[in-house]
Amino acid sequence: MDIFLQTLVAGILKGGLYGLIGIGMSLIMGVMGIINLAHGQLMMVAMYITFVLSHYVGIDPYLSLFITMPSLFLLGALIQKYTLNPLMEVDSILPENQVLMTVGIGMVLVETSRFIFTSDYKSVQTSYSDATFYLGEISFSVALVIAFFIAIGFTLFMFWFLLKTDIGRSIRATAQDKDAALLMGVDSKKITIITFGLGAALVGAAGTILMPIYYLFPDIGGPFTRKAFVITILGGLGSTVGAIFGGLTLGLAEAFGASYIGMAYDDMIGLIIFILVLLFLPGGFKRLTKI
Amino acid sequence: MKKFIPLIILIVLCLFPVVIQNAYYQHLMILVFIWVAIGSGWNVIAGFTGQVSFGDAAFFGTGAYTAGLLAHHFHISAWWGMAFGGFAAMAVAFPFGWICFRLRGPYFALASLALNEVCRHIATIAEPLTQGMVGILIMPTFLSKIPYYYIALALAVLSVVFVQFVMKSKWGYYFLSIREDQDAAESMGIDTHKYKMVSLNIAAFLTGMAGALFMNYMGFIDPEVVFSLHDISIMAILVGIIGGVGTIYGPAVGALVMVAVHEFFRTGFFGLFKGLAAMTGSDAMISVAKTISHAHVLGFGILVVLVILYLPNGIVGDWDKLVGKIIPFKKKEAAS
Repeated sequence: MDIFLQTLVAGILKGGLYGLIGIGMSLIMGVMGIINLAHGQLMMVAMYITFVLSHYVGIDPYLSLFITMPSLFLLGALIQKYTLNPLMEVDSILPENQVLMTVGIGMVLVETSRFIFTSDYKSVQTSYSDATFYLGEISFSVALVIAFFIAIGFTLFMFWFLLKTDIGRSIRATAQDKDAALLMGVDSKKITIITFGLGAALVGAAGTILMPIYYLFPDIGGPFTRKAFVITILGGLGSTVGAIFGGLTLGLAEAFGASYIGMAYDDMIGLIIFILVLLFLPGGFKRLTKI
Repeated sequence: MKKFIPLIILIVLCLFPVVIQNAYYQHLMILVFIWVAIGSGWNVIAGFTGQVSFGDAAFFGTGAYTAGLLAHHFHISAWWGMAFGGFAAMAVAFPFGWICFRLRGPYFALASLALNEVCRHIATIAEPLTQGMVGILIMPTFLSKIPYYYIALALAVLSVVFVQFVMKSKWGYYFLSIREDQDAAESMGIDTHKYKMVSLNIAAFLTGMAGALFMNYMGFIDPEVVFSLHDISIMAILVGIIGGVGTIYGPAVGALVMVAVHEFFRTGFFGLFKGLAAMTGSDAMISVAKTISHAHVLGFGILVVLVILYLPNGIVGDWDKLVGKIIPFKKKEAAS
């Protein structure tokens, strides 16, 4: 029973973080209709910024959120403005050119980091990195709990932003029907730029709050990109609520898989869920909740 | 005259190893031929049928592992893999296509990406069968590169000719109609699911053959090499895109360009800067040479971005545009 509870807790904590990663991807997918295969790589960039700030300047990883998120927003906006938007006007046979572009961008980001920081593993050690507390028999990692609550905070903020603000409404309008939004006077180009920036900033936040408990090397982005698209498919394209449930599901599935089946199957489980969802619930959780 | 160009190129390629006996260049050409086969396969499913696959490595790896496992477990020649590799890849493609072709566009692309990853994990985990990360090592049959050269050349030529044959048949027109408008094709009475399956299986067969040849030529495989998302699946897409999506000769051009560019960056402009450094003996040159070979994948990535931005239909597809850009420049030069 203890193992079960412990696994449950680990899964939920991990799931909160995954949700944050997934929301960014889901937003981008909903508005632009493209899979951002550079998502994990953007997270890696944020992690390196956090590492540099903490290692050379001495800023606490959580405080550096105020620097990583704006820089990632800027990076994302620039990527959208100068590489993805021009592609919309180019006619080509395949509509997947933008997806390929994100692959290329991901490569450039990874290799630039490798060029600057080499392939060595880096980590940020803080006083709370290894700290834990106990509730009954269940142990909680302090850093993971903080990360979980920050992730929940950002998620709630995103909700408010998408539902109540003008830009948020424009984003949702563009996601629902691009042409209609354009007719209603929404500057869709601007919205795509803001959306990509937001997506990058959110995944950047996830990377930053993961930094005290994780290690870092240039290729770390790949697995997270894969996780992000599993979450997005699970939740339904463009659905914020879906992304949270998708993240929780993936976190729980991975935790239970690791406890009861074996660590080696960690990644497999996500992919199998992914294929099952594609087959039996195309449209993801969004279909069930209608939100 | 134009009709004879492929024939002339073929003759040149046949004479290549006789004239240039440098094993390094022969090795590069063998890689090019393997990529021609993979690229042609990808082009059938993605370029002609419009179902972009991010999982070519699944077929490539299956082909390679078929050859490797036959040699490893049954102690027969790995060349049997050339007979079975393509069919083994089709055995993977068939259930995958059967299930996943109800998905469209980005969903299908994601599903193929997942297939890629699942195959890699299976190959890593199923240690009794595949030896996991230890990989499979076989002894190469030939010491010289020349036999491999001609086998690879034959594979490349056969795949290009085969793709051309398919695209001139009724199937080819079905594929194109599916790419242009799947619903319209369906309403014209084309069984789109069936022909997407046919297209995927052709792609898988060619890619699996290439994988089997890769095993025979390289002599060593492990899951990270043959099921690699970046080095195989994405590279296959880039070969297709750079050469020209939906053109017969596109993958051949793309393969040549990609391998050349890859080597170009990897060796630091074919050792140009190293040569310069040795010649001048200046420290600056040595560090430039080091930096360039250090950043070779970065250069490659930037090239990918630029090609997608400015040559979205590839060298063959945008040939007229390319020529148009270069010729006026030449004319101007002559005038001045």
